[in-house]
Amino acid sequence: MYKVKVYVTLKAGVLDPQGKAVKGALHSMDYKEVQDVTIGKYMELMMEKTENMEEKVEEMCHRLLANPVIEDYRYEIEEVVPQ
Amino acid sequence: MKYAVIVFPGSNCDVDMYHAIKDALGEEVEYVSHTEKDLSEYDAILLPGGFSYGDYLRSGAIARFANAMSGVMKAAEEGKPVLGVCNGFQVLLESGLLPGAMKRNRDLKFICRPVNLKVENHETMFTSEYEKGEVITIPIAHGEGNYECNDKTLKELEENNQIVFRYHGENPNGSRGDVAGIINERGNVLGMMPHPERAVDEILGHTDGLKLFQSILKNWRESHVCTS
Repeated sequence: MYKVKVYVTLKAGVLDPQGKAVKGALHSMDYKEVQDVTIGKYMELMMEKTENMEEKVEEMCHRLLANPVIEDYRYEIEEVVPQ
Repeated sequence: MKYAVIVFPGSNCDVDMYHAIKDALGEEVEYVSHTEKDLSEYDAILLPGGFSYGDYLRSGAIARFANAMSGVMKAAEEGKPVLGVCNGFQVLLESGLLPGAMKRNRDLKFICRPVNLKVENHETMFTSEYEKGEVITIPIAHGEGNYECNDKTLKELEENNQIVFRYHGENPNGSRGDVAGIINERGNVLGMMPHPERAVDEILGHTDGLKLFQSILKNWRESHVCTS
């Protein structure tokens, strides 16, 4: 089995209203050193071994898991040894 | 004229849309399940508001792959009127029938109240009954209506007159260019966040949405005058 970790964030330059609100909260808690906050999504996919695994993950990200109009994504694929 | 209201799991403005057509407009309308692929018997397709698939992942992201969407794509290709309201607009954006994407509202709140819109393009099959630059009042009800697109897309939308409605007076959700509703280049697919189906009868408080449905009907009748 393989574990695929997918990270989706808003593209640089796209205003992130949630990130902005959280940054404001951190500042009001006196963490003045926080320069910027971006909020995204984290997903885990458990996948069987398959051909063109990376290509398929790329396709899934592009077609469904992220919206390429406003979001960037990256992923990590790691083999999971059954216990 | 026969209308289809596509019902996804989690749609909740389908009933309002149905009644706007049946009672306010007086035309034939049917609920059509998201599982139905063939929409060829309908003259116009309506994608209602709501929270299809719980808004999971992104609003409209999962509905975009429902069976019915292949029929919606086909209807759009054939030039039939396709109207997406609120969640329906989000589905049209996710499906690529319209450019851009939705983000959470600027102030992170769900907003539910009437807003003023300016009819920027009254020469479409959805807006021909409005006056040029007419200001109308239509309710909005959304948490993710903050329209986003890149500079190039915004420029194209403006140059091609594809921005049909803009928020007037104040921008409730932070949408780029005050965009409230856009149409495709061909002019048969309209997406809008405000709910015209909630403004079709005095008892609802507003009637400015009625002209949108009357425009669709009038233009359809005019283009079918020889065949029917």
